[in-house]
Amino acid sequence: MKLKKIMASFLAAAAAITCLTACKTDGDSGSGDNSGDNSTTSGATLRIGGSGPLTGDYALYGNGVKNGAQLAVDEINAAGGINGVTIEFRMEDDEAAEEKAVNAYNVLKDWDMDLSIGTVTSGACIAFGAEAAKDNMFLLTPSSTAVECIAADNAFRVCFSDPNQGVASADYIADQSLATKIAAIYQSDNAYSAGIFDKFKSEAGNKGLEIVSEQSFTSDNATDFSAQIQSIKDSGAELLFLPIYYSEASLILQQAKNAGLDVKVFGCDGLDGILNMKNFDVSLAEGVMLLTPFAADATDEATVHFVTEYRAKYGDETMNQFAADAYDAIYIIKAAAEKAGINADMSASDICNALKTAMTEITVDGVTGTSITWAADGEPSKEPKAVVINDGSYKAM
Amino acid sequence: MQKEKRQLKAATKSNIITYAMLIAAFIIVSIICATNDKMYQFKGMLVPLCIYSIMAVSLNLVVGILGDLSLGHAGFMCIGAYVGAFFSVLLKDNIPLDWLRFVISLVLGGVTAGIFGFLIGIPVLRLRGDYLAIVTLAFGEIIKNIVNLLYVGVDGSGLHVSIKSASDLNLAEDGTVIVKGALGITGTPNDSNFTVGFVLLLITVFVSLNLINSRTGRAVKSIRDNRIAAETVGISVTRYKLIVFMISAFFAGIAGVLYSHNISSLNTSIFGYNTSILVLVYVVLGGIGSTRGSIIAAVILYALPEMLRDLRDYRMLIYAVVLILLMIVNNNEKFNLFKEKISITRFIQNRRNGMKGAKS
Repeated sequence: MKLKKIMASFLAAAAAITCLTACKTDGDSGSGDNSGDNSTTSGATLRIGGSGPLTGDYALYGNGVKNGAQLAVDEINAAGGINGVTIEFRMEDDEAAEEKAVNAYNVLKDWDMDLSIGTVTSGACIAFGAEAAKDNMFLLTPSSTAVECIAADNAFRVCFSDPNQGVASADYIADQSLATKIAAIYQSDNAYSAGIFDKFKSEAGNKGLEIVSEQSFTSDNATDFSAQIQSIKDSGAELLFLPIYYSEASLILQQAKNAGLDVKVFGCDGLDGILNMKNFDVSLAEGVMLLTPFAADATDEATVHFVTEYRAKYGDETMNQFAADAYDAIYIIKAAAEKAGINADMSASDICNALKTAMTEITVDGVTGTSITWAADGEPSKEPKAVVINDGSYKAM
Repeated sequence: MQKEKRQLKAATKSNIITYAMLIAAFIIVSIICATNDKMYQFKGMLVPLCIYSIMAVSLNLVVGILGDLSLGHAGFMCIGAYVGAFFSVLLKDNIPLDWLRFVISLVLGGVTAGIFGFLIGIPVLRLRGDYLAIVTLAFGEIIKNIVNLLYVGVDGSGLHVSIKSASDLNLAEDGTVIVKGALGITGTPNDSNFTVGFVLLLITVFVSLNLINSRTGRAVKSIRDNRIAAETVGISVTRYKLIVFMISAFFAGIAGVLYSHNISSLNTSIFGYNTSILVLVYVVLGGIGSTRGSIIAAVILYALPEMLRDLRDYRMLIYAVVLILLMIVNNNEKFNLFKEKISITRFIQNRRNGMKGAKS
């Protein structure tokens, strides 16, 4: 009887937690139902599937991708489609989990997906990609950064890989002479964060940067950073490198300010989204530099167009690099499909074979970079861009 | 004497129903799979359903039969998954027979998890009450965090292990990193399929049911119902608890191997507290102590959120509501009486009794 009581209370608590995490979507559920399901004809359209975390901790990323891709799809359809073929886009929820991503892939296959934009997060993309490789399904992920995500020859990506970001960060800091004594806080149980830091460390050594303090945390102790901040303060570092996600970064910035740590802060694309966090004091992020391919207030024509359209349709909350990557991904698919002469009657495998070749031949100007080209290994070649946060918005550096 | 005989028979009957249910489900599903080219979602869910059913059946041994609350079941699954995947990736090219390699990794994963169950059981099962729950919870998290730190690589001179980074492994040119810290193991061969999963589930159920109805099982149940009385009649409490705990960990390890060979990307994020609780929910909502119930609850509760995909953002909300409703209904006396009335076992028994009555 006692056991039953204990269990009942545990379950009640567990159910409450499940509810809370599950409900932590980013609030755009009202506008969220415009993808997929409006499919009545199957032969005449080209179906693009994707999966990402639409609920849970990384919902901001998944919904960004969903909205960004949908925006591009709507624009392309309004302008006559790809080679005159209308395209459809459907995004499934995978909660950033491998198992759910495979389920999402199967759901999309039942929907007759012709090609995919893969998943939003890395672990899920590896699982999703392995299934896609088995079926020879074309995959262009907007934002999965782990090297293994595009190991198969049918997979490409829009963003930089983890090692690339680590190397690019170290190069940028060294080339711009931002600092020589560097401290870093990274998340040791996160592939993205540990992957970037590993490469950053070796490249920093090559570039003559000194890493004076190397701190880590795990997802289970990601709320109190006072110990790490204190030891960074004692180390005399001039710059704090944060290859982590924005939610932890916001806490670190707050606690660093309280502890009186006054150093430059440099981050990677995971910090993107920090300004849109609820209850975050944006003045804390003043002067933070980050490596992101997308700055919402850039003045080039492509960005201005994207930002205006996106803001009108989905608001500011999910307008981040992920949305921009996904927007580009759809246009990249369009460019490759036009080059390869794709039509809706081809099988998914034929489309994949044609696109594989076409991807290495195209050059695309997008929101996240100009003159982007791809090698056969699927990695994009583009200039890394850094921005600095100034008065609560990104400024190009 | 007469009465006991009849009771034993009832237990056997209940077991036969469980096997019949499983085999019927297998046959129906096989026919559906063979006759439909598509239905990828359905087919893709079959192996996870087997995995979570095995998890639920094995946890039911600890929670339902032993009467102890274990919150670290996913930790054993994690051990099995990593050991199995590591072995398979390591010897992918050396053992040409896929099935042989898979069988070895299944045994290896299960046995390793069982050994961990034994090691943890020694100190823990001497504790009483809530302490087991607390320690198993901690154990699950510790396993997860340790595995997250591990970097293991292999080259000509053997295995290299580091807990810092892949570059600290100092591998030779031809070396490959197999376990990549937080990124885990990628490229595990896809050896799991529904038939293997089903056979393993059947074995789990077989062992579990036979254990429950054996001499050992009766001893364990006597410990659950009254520990002091059991000790007085000379039952070694720790020994029996350890046996059950080990068997439970072994099958969780098997489920882990099945998991890692089903999805080519393995990392620890799945093996957290949430999964342990999820499996516990299957056991509790299936009726603590009921093997059949555990499987049914696992199947329904795993399939539900997938089936609700069409509802988009509302599916998680509905899932939570269903959980709460199930909890309320399961504890409702009237519902339980109703359940008793429509129970298959009862139905068969009544008919048999009725026939007997008619004869005499």
